This record gives sequence, structure tokens and C-alpha cells, in this order.
Amino acid sequence: MDPQLVVDKWPGTIFTVAIGAKSNEGGSRNEEIKIGGQNCLPLMFKEGVIAHPPQIAFEILDIPGVDLSEELVKVYGAALKDPLSWAQKCVQEFGAKLISVKMQGSHPDFGNRSPLESAKFIELLLKKVNAPLIITGSGDDANDSLVIPACSEAAKGERCLIGSAVQDSYKTLVASVLADGHSLIAESPIDINIAKQLNILISDMGLGLERIVINPTIGALGYGLEYAYSIMERARIAALAGDKTLACPFICFVGQEAWKTKEAKVNPEQGIIWETITATSLIQAGADLLVMQHPRAVSKVSQFMEQLFKK
Amino acid sequence: MYVIGELINGMYSNIALALKEKNKAIIQKCALDQIASGADALDISCGPASKQPLVDLSWLINTIQEVTDKPLCLDSGKPQVIAEGLKVCKNKTIINSTTADLDKLDAIVPLAKQYNSKLIGITISVKGIPQNKDQRLELAATIISHCTENGFPIEDLYLDPIVLPVNIAQAQMKDILATIQDFKLLADPGPKTVLGLSNVSQGTNLRSLINRTFLTMAVANGLDSAILDPTDKELMDALITAELILNKNIYCDSYLEAYRKK
Repeated sequence: MDPQLVVDKWPGTIFTVAIGAKSNEGGSRNEEIKIGGQNCLPLMFKEGVIAHPPQIAFEILDIPGVDLSEELVKVYGAALKDPLSWAQKCVQEFGAKLISVKMQGSHPDFGNRSPLESAKFIELLLKKVNAPLIITGSGDDANDSLVIPACSEAAKGERCLIGSAVQDSYKTLVASVLADGHSLIAESPIDINIAKQLNILISDMGLGLERIVINPTIGALGYGLEYAYSIMERARIAALAGDKTLACPFICFVGQEAWKTKEAKVNPEQGIIWETITATSLIQAGADLLVMQHPRAVSKVSQFMEQLFKK
Repeated sequence: MYVIGELINGMYSNIALALKEKNKAIIQKCALDQIASGADALDISCGPASKQPLVDLSWLINTIQEVTDKPLCLDSGKPQVIAEGLKVCKNKTIINSTTADLDKLDAIVPLAKQYNSKLIGITISVKGIPQNKDQRLELAATIISHCTENGFPIEDLYLDPIVLPVNIAQAQMKDILATIQDFKLLADPGPKTVLGLSNVSQGTNLRSLINRTFLTMAVANGLDSAILDPTDKELMDALITAELILNKNIYCDSYLEAYRKK
């Protein structure tokens, strides 16, 4: 007898989150990108419907590239000096469908840019590129709580994905996202209990779970990848089993983590491999949105997905 | 845990009155309150005092179906009443119940099959209430083999070990809890298990405390379903916490709220 495939069916479905509003919806993006919507574990095509394959966003900063590895400086060249050209290069030369901008310039160590100036940058960026946007803070909580709401307002109606809400500071951000019609990144420190709690706190404020994307926080290959992997897997299984409070898509900031590693720093080729392997592993854990940095790593991961999703 | 709300029962004076006056609002509010409190299905009984159970049960079913599509658990000892009730059900159904007696099984199992209904089998027979675990298992085996022979799927069968009031049958409590586990071993796939919970505290002073303590112990023994009062918040909190401790849901600080959001 031929071996029989054991097929699981799940009662739950992951929420679909849309990023980017086109002109008919009051925005100016060229595309609306959807993530989530699956009712089965990653790549288990026979068990359910995978409505949308994982998506990749290119990450840029709102100031000339700082703290980047030599390899990234080389590949983006002169464009790094002007964030708008950098974004444009991602779209035109490397085919980026989504841009993720980190508001690094507002960090006290990188210029302490004001909320007003930061918002102006977002306005310019929206004019320069028409790909859907992800906007994230610099990591300085005090400044982020002023800068990100200003950026959110500047992008009102464009249905961006905005982050990051954390357990100790989420209210201002939730209010902004609600007012300006965006979706929200909810970030937890590789901790499934906090991820769940944060989603409840956010939805209690009136932002539906279908507008939340979980950033589970990841480590690169060799730097805690397996912890993130197991958290994502556990959350996804609970969500598919019917726990709506965890049924949100995942965003993973792969590029930042991969290019921080010493393996990436000592050898550029190795860096590309590191970013690629981290990304492909996370796709298998359930990542829906990968924020990456090196175009060649993006291209390798895209090829990998094409193979996996070939009908 | 599959929670079946017990409050729509002619034994309760408000329901008896609503039945008598054909007051839909009382019944519908009772249904919706239970669902809002976490009931997955609603038990419906016109109670022993009803003079015309055939009419009353159908009226209750139609009244409830106007406001919810949750499964309905048709509660009557009379196969004829169950048969009439099933005819008017649009919602999914659970038949409550058959005993281990052959005439009862012959009447009820075909109905469950015909209407694609789930079925509660109580381990009781004309000989009376079982006095120990072995007698319960023997009656359970009778019900299971009858279902198997007649093509009723065992995974849709819910076995009830019959809970007795703790002040009357204290010595049997441990046996009843152990039986919940042992029922599962009688078939593969195993049957599900259910309890009519409130019976355990009948005639006692601290009903709610006894109910919730017994429920958590039963859950720890693998109970799948219970007929209970979902509007007893402390009872539901204890149930949610018991399931959390058994790793059925992921912890978070607001886990009670998280469960209720489902």
C-alpha cells in the first residue's frame, strides 16, 4: 500500500492585513499588498489555503545610511547619501514592492530630528515612491512617541504599517493608527505571552486584530533564530486552533539582524547567505512579511519562494 | 471544553412561567445571556411539570432559533418528544439522551443518525443508577457497541457517567472522576465525555464552590463537555484556568478575557 499523507485541518484562519491604499481608496500607492489569510501551517498546501505568499520589504533609513555594513554601502553606492534616492533605487533597480523606513534620524545619537521634520520627510517619500510603506521608530522610546504619530498623520489615508507598539508604550501609537487609517506592528521580546497580552490591550482600544501585525522579534541564524522560530510556530498553531488573539501575520526584521552578525561583517558573501538563510528559515516558521536589506539576498529569497509556491 | 448552558429548563420557575405564558422574550434573553457568558450550545428542557412536552419543546426550539444558530441540546427522557423536537430544529443538535436500555437505544440511535445529531449516552439502565466504576463501564460498553453496530460515529457520542450529589454519594466521587478517563479506552477513536454538573451540589449549601471544584477535577481527568450554568462567572473562570493549566490555551496576563474573546 502506498503511504498515506496525514492531512490536518484547522478551525482557525490568520487575519488578512492590507498595506497600501490606492487612489480609489483615498491613497496614492500603486498597489495594495495583502499578507496573512492562511488557514494552515506554512507551506502545507494540501492542508488549507495559503491566500497570500510571504512578502519582502526593502529597509531604508530616513537619513543617509549610517551604521551599515561595508557591503550594503557598496551595493547602494551614492544613493545612500540621499534617503529618497535610496528608496527610489530599491524600487526602480531592485524591484521593491514595499519600502520599510526606519526613522533613525530622530534618535538622539543620529541628529534628534524633530517630529515636524520627520513628518516632512514622510511626505517627500510618499511623493518620491509609490510603493506601500512601513514606518518604524528609531528605538528611542521618548522620541518615537512624538515622531511616529507625526509620521502617521503625514501619511494619513495611505494605509501604512506603523510600528512599533510595545507593552509599556502602545496607547499613543494605537490612537494615531486608528485616527489615520493605518495598521500597527505589535512588538514583543521573543515572548508569546506578551505578544498575546499586547494584542488584547491593543484590541481593547478599538483597533481590530485584523489591523495588527506581530513582530515576534527575531535573532539571525546562530543568534537565537531557533527561539523566534519556536515562538512563531507555537503562536501560529494556537491561532490555527482557534485563538484569535494570536491570529495576526508576522513581520520579521531580517536584514537588521543578519547584517549585525560578525559572520556578515567579515565576509560580504557570507552576509548575503546569512540574510538569505535567516529569511528562508523564518518563512518556514510562518513569517508573512520579511524586511530585508541586501538586494541579492532578496533576490535569492524571492527565487526560493517562487520554487516553493510553484503550482 | 464544550459548554452546554443548562438554564433553559422548565424546572426553573422563570422558564416554567415563560412556557405557560408563551413569553418569548424571557426565553430568548436567557439563551443570549448564556451564549454571551460562553455557552457553545444550549440545553433545552420543558421540565417534568410540562403537561404537553411535544408542543412545549418545539415552541422553545423555535423561540430560541429566532435569536441564535448555536447547537441545541434536546433534553427529554421520551424518544417521542426528542423526535418531534428534531423535526423543527434548523440548528445543529445534540440529543440528551439515551440510557443503556435496549428499547431506548433502539428508539434514539436511529434518530441521531437520521438527523446527523450528536448523542449523549447516560450510563444508567432500568436496573438503576450504577454504584461503582465497573458498572458504569459496563453500561458505557453497551451503549458504544450498540452505536457501532448501528453505524453511529463514536466520536459524536458523549458518555455521561452520572454525577450524584456529593452529600448523598460521597464515596462514589473518585470513581466517577476515574470513569471519565476510562470511557476513552472503550473505543478507538474514543467517545467524548459529558457531565450534568449541577447535580453534584444538589441539596448542599455551597453549590457554586462545589460545582467549580468538581468541574476542575473532571477537566483534569479529561472531560470534554459539561452541562452547566455559564452565567456563574466564578465557575467559568475556574474552567478557563483549569484548561490554561492543562496547556490548552496560551497564557497571557488577561487570559480570562482572551478566552472570552474567542
